[in-house]
Amino acid sequence: MMETIGIWVAAFLTLSMFSFLYKDNPFYKFAEHLFVGASMGYFIPYTFFNVFIPYAYNPLFLRHNYWLIIPFVIGLGYWFRFSNNLGWLSRYPIAFSMGIVGMGVPMSIHAQILVQMRTMMLPLTNINLILIFIGTVSILLYFFFSKAHEGLYGKFTSVGIWFMMVGFGASFGYTVMARLSLLIGRLQFLLGDWLGLIK
Amino acid sequence: MKRTIPLLIVMILGMMFVVHTFVPHKISQDFYNWYQTWLKVMVSFAVILGVGSLLMVHTNKIKRKAPAWGYSWLTILALVGTSAAGFIWGIEDGTPYMWIFENVNAPLGATMFSLLAFYMASAAYKAFRARSMEATLLLIAAIIVMLGRVSIGNAITEWIPDITQWILNVPNLAAKRAIKLGVGLGMTATSLKIILGIERTYLGGGKQ
Repeated sequence: MMETIGIWVAAFLTLSMFSFLYKDNPFYKFAEHLFVGASMGYFIPYTFFNVFIPYAYNPLFLRHNYWLIIPFVIGLGYWFRFSNNLGWLSRYPIAFSMGIVGMGVPMSIHAQILVQMRTMMLPLTNINLILIFIGTVSILLYFFFSKAHEGLYGKFTSVGIWFMMVGFGASFGYTVMARLSLLIGRLQFLLGDWLGLIK
Repeated sequence: MKRTIPLLIVMILGMMFVVHTFVPHKISQDFYNWYQTWLKVMVSFAVILGVGSLLMVHTNKIKRKAPAWGYSWLTILALVGTSAAGFIWGIEDGTPYMWIFENVNAPLGATMFSLLAFYMASAAYKAFRARSMEATLLLIAAIIVMLGRVSIGNAITEWIPDITQWILNVPNLAAKRAIKLGVGLGMTATSLKIILGIERTYLGGGKQ
């Protein structure tokens, strides 16, 4: 019984959302506002049962790990974010959370810069490796603005744009296919689970 | 006190984490584990920022009787109803909370994103009309990659999947690699700005 009601509710909401393809209308607004509220409502118990209870409540109140009172009190500072007078207290939990950016310095240097440079500096033994090398260098030079993009140098940097455009095209193609597979999933739900027209 | 101490906390913790990466000692590892535990406790309270912000926006709309203010009641009711379902009956499979997730959240999310397929198609038509060499390259790469990911591409010619793979492995790799290098430099610079207290916007505005 609940499964049938669930399918009808999901079908109604799916069609309400698709109605935006015609134009903005009350059904779409209904579905949109419901989605925002239900999504936020989903995360409150999820965070409570999966983060707060195992990492804050149980260690502090059941296992009596009293050191955790400190982050517990600091975390409560978030609640003052909406206060005009005590809003500054919310900066403390934010500051403790931001400390982790320290790891970002060596990690981004390693993963995003050194590893990428190392994989680029392979012996140029075939045409593909030569193309990858030329593409990467020309794109990097395209974003180097301390030298005017003119003459032979300008022509070389414009090769970087061509490589970027092919890359963006590939990313776009991938994204479109991902969205289309979601669309196919919704149509399969409407025609199969709801109307039973396809098996 | 209100701004300087949080900045000092970020600076000291930031420096310690830079050092932690290069010092694989037990003390360094214990410090990291200790921080992770503290962070999880603090982050569990952060959900209040999202809830508070959403409630403020919609209660203000209701108070001001802004256009379509009636729908704000729906958002608040959905928020309270879904949360209440989770707190009263739990969040395991088969509970009303999961029923809401499976029959409201999941279909609405999937449909919302599938709508983008239509808008991307119309935006692509406007943006990709082959008016320049660059736009033509983008258009051709996108079409080949799209065809190469479905069986019709192989039916047209056996070359399309191979060309797709070449596009992904060669020009696309070169572009991604250069962009990653740029992102890496940007991330490093921004992290250093935060640690050194040059970038302070995360602390929020206000006079205090």
